[in-house]
Amino acid sequence: MSTYAQKKGFGSVIWDYLTTVDHKKIAILYLIAGGFFFLVGGIEAVFIRIQLAVPNNDFVSAGAFNEIITMHGTTMIFLAAMPLLFAFMNAVMPLQIGARDVAFPFVNALGFWLFFFGGVFLNLSWFLGGAPDAGWTSYASLAIHSKGHGIDFYVLGLQISGIGTLIGGINFLVTIINMRAPGMTYMRMPLFTWATFVSSALILFAFPPLTVGLTLMMFDRMFGSNFFITENGGNTIIWEHLFWIFGHPEVYILVLPAFGIFSDVFSTFSRKRLFGYSSMVFATVLIGFLGFMVWAHHMFTTGLGPVANAIFSVATMAIGVPTGIKIFNWLLTMWGGSVKFTTPMYWAFAFIPSFVIGGVTGVMLASAAADYQYHDSYFVVAHFHYVIVGGVVFAVFAATHFYWPKIFGTMLNEKLGKITFWLFFIGFHMTFFVQHFLGLWGMPRRVFTFLPGQGFEMSNLISSIGAAFMSAGVIVLLINVIVTSVKNEKVGNDPWGDGRTLEWSIPSPPPFYNFKQLPLVRGLDPYWLEKMEGKKGMTPAEPLGDIHMPNASFIPFVIAFGLFVAAFGALYNGEKSWAVPVIIIGLLITFGSMLVRSLKDDHGFHIHKEELMDDNDKGVKA
Amino acid sequence: MKRLANWRLISLLAMLALVLTGCSGEPFVSALKPAGEVADMQYDLMKLSTYIMVGVILVVTIIFVIVFFRFRRKDDKIPKQVEGSHKLEIIWTVIPILLLLILAVPTVAATFKLADIKEMDKKDSDALVINVRSHLYWWDFEYPKQKIVTSQDLVVPTNEKVYFNLKSLDVKHSFWIPAVGGKLDTNTDNVNKFWLVFDEDRANEAGNLFYGKCAELCGPSHALMDFKVKAISRAEFDKWVKDMQAVKEPKKAKTELAAQGQELFNESCIGCHAVTPSNQMPDTARIAPNLTNFGERSRVAGILDHNKEELMNWIKDPESYKPGNLMTGKYKDFTDQELEALAEYLMGLKVQE
Repeated sequence: MSTYAQKKGFGSVIWDYLTTVDHKKIAILYLIAGGFFFLVGGIEAVFIRIQLAVPNNDFVSAGAFNEIITMHGTTMIFLAAMPLLFAFMNAVMPLQIGARDVAFPFVNALGFWLFFFGGVFLNLSWFLGGAPDAGWTSYASLAIHSKGHGIDFYVLGLQISGIGTLIGGINFLVTIINMRAPGMTYMRMPLFTWATFVSSALILFAFPPLTVGLTLMMFDRMFGSNFFITENGGNTIIWEHLFWIFGHPEVYILVLPAFGIFSDVFSTFSRKRLFGYSSMVFATVLIGFLGFMVWAHHMFTTGLGPVANAIFSVATMAIGVPTGIKIFNWLLTMWGGSVKFTTPMYWAFAFIPSFVIGGVTGVMLASAAADYQYHDSYFVVAHFHYVIVGGVVFAVFAATHFYWPKIFGTMLNEKLGKITFWLFFIGFHMTFFVQHFLGLWGMPRRVFTFLPGQGFEMSNLISSIGAAFMSAGVIVLLINVIVTSVKNEKVGNDPWGDGRTLEWSIPSPPPFYNFKQLPLVRGLDPYWLEKMEGKKGMTPAEPLGDIHMPNASFIPFVIAFGLFVAAFGALYNGEKSWAVPVIIIGLLITFGSMLVRSLKDDHGFHIHKEELMDDNDKGVKA
Repeated sequence: MKRLANWRLISLLAMLALVLTGCSGEPFVSALKPAGEVADMQYDLMKLSTYIMVGVILVVTIIFVIVFFRFRRKDDKIPKQVEGSHKLEIIWTVIPILLLLILAVPTVAATFKLADIKEMDKKDSDALVINVRSHLYWWDFEYPKQKIVTSQDLVVPTNEKVYFNLKSLDVKHSFWIPAVGGKLDTNTDNVNKFWLVFDEDRANEAGNLFYGKCAELCGPSHALMDFKVKAISRAEFDKWVKDMQAVKEPKKAKTELAAQGQELFNESCIGCHAVTPSNQMPDTARIAPNLTNFGERSRVAGILDHNKEELMNWIKDPESYKPGNLMTGKYKDFTDQELEALAEYLMGLKVQE
């Protein structure tokens, strides 16, 4: 495949990616876009820490600070963490279940472009009169009160990218249900695939409440309705419920795939099957289920009353149990194993203590009466960064190093990888550990500055220095990526040597049809089983035959672009004369291209048996 | 990697040391220096959960360190592929459930106790009730039974339950006095109720002045929406109430400069700021802080040092001190001399001679 790519000019490569429906290329698109937004969100984080390094600082103004924290949170959750995890789900999950692509390749591309245009739309707010400034939670009374178009960008941008996430999640669900290779039963799926499955189910149920909330907010802000306007009979608490009914499962949407990545990393580099596989699966499903039962713990101080607070308090504590099961299973996976400390393993190993701290502060927060103190203080900021950075971002770094060879066919430099790890790990704990105390000492979150004489100075300075370390770590990673890409040393099927699951049984990067013949899965960790019996690869489950593949299509891009255009119309509705025509034009583009897609038959194409044989010969020569 | 394990241990010990030693913040603003019944209950829950959690962390750390040293790859042997262990899994399911029960029971009990506001609804109760109304970047405190209103500096008696009715009149805020108890949101939709107790001895240690915060993002000056709490004995409180009630009409300025200030105030400021404490207007009509006892407050605008100079700076350009406040641009530009007169007048607004 690489020979194909090298022959192409730059323009055709771009066109290739704009029209691709191949899950591996879409994964790369997610990786690039998510990586870009991760850097944007990271720069915003650095601005926050510069502003808070000393009391009464005026590095940024109060209004700008609120825009920065809002965009930092929104970008990191919706435009960085989720797409980066989607990148690995796309790149790896179909390979892990022995599929040739996802169930709906066209929809997969559409999902990416919707996310991308939503994200771009949201970030254009910086250049078009100001970003949203009501926090990533965008509580209704403040959001309605906010002047300018910031909140409108938030509402419309998230709506568009949310549709992308939702259809992406549905696609993964269908893929896992229908496209597993012969012998790949549910209880033989790798944990990352399981996590993708449960996480997608959470997306399916969690995103609709967000969609509803955003729609109501859109109508209030742009079309004069009164859902959240108290004076006219609206109710702002409804927004809090809708947001958190989405928002809490969202945490698990992020962290379950992270758990999945770590599970695979632990078992791979311990050369041991995952300890307590079935209880790990059970714990994943249980966390997903309980994730929907606890949203009101974000609202303990809203005044829901002692009955609601007590129930949600106990339900939240219950989540600690399956999470604890996971921690011990990971430890016991390494116990008795032969643990090799590669860069991905560094991240996985360091994840355990980091995440345990985030987990135990989570249990502390679950105690409703005590949460009245923690709530909306820096304690909470510390807690959720320990969970999301210590869990999700560590997992993204682990997966980047772990799957880089599978996605790009080259190995990231291990030495630089470890430097990245140390800088980021030290910086992370420096930044966020002291914030627990800042919160307990009385510092509320989301403050653009703090006054001297309250005992906050030292810890804030330490926290800001930590942020510098984290940034340095990310820069080293970027250098690593560049160096590795320039060197371009290709690796074989199983570059880590300890691969256990199906993705390591095929070339890196895999051919565009993934599996020439679908593999026969004979148990958990199928590739490992074959290796242990002295075989070089998987036993095919079918004779060599024609492979049916989907055609590339530009339509997903156009559908998403139409909504992007329409969003500008909605944003300026009632203010600019061209607003309504722009809405109509945008929707026409979207629905027109959907119509084209529906009416025009596209049966895809077949790779013929003979070509596959040729390819095989080439592969042997190389 | 050796450093990693050491680092974890050190940080763990450091955390314990921090908790155990006096590194618990300033007594007037820290939740780790509880100064009342509510904060005490919450601090006890914090300690209980911390002890349980440190236990969990210790167990994890021990296994973690052993794994790190004992099971590094030394040769190419393939380890035994263990499926799992029912016994172990039952252990690490049941023990956490028991630990959580130990935390859950007092949590539920405390949650109900903190929500117990029956006393407020009794008809002939003599409990002190304060209506808190939050506005964009300032706080309004009404004592309905005493029929007085004040702003920014909350005055409360020590050693008794003080009940609060909380509501916001613009966007959502949250009422938090960290040293005295956890927060409760001031919603735009409904009145939230809770109680606090201010302990006399510990209030004295904290200089009788607790810091209050807005804990819910409410716009540009969210960080500056501080208020102060003067916690004084019941006798002093009663005297303060009497002194406040005695102000039936705006006090006459005493000096000539202050008289000029009063005149300016009556031209430009009195439309929003009241200088009598009587509670005749509905809360929605009180659109700016009541200034009856301004001269006795602890801060200008909740944040600046309480002196004439800062007051003049504030009146001259409130926007640069509290961005997004609703006072900016509501009155004419004063000359320096006029500012001085205004400051003289306002600083002289005292009820306790």
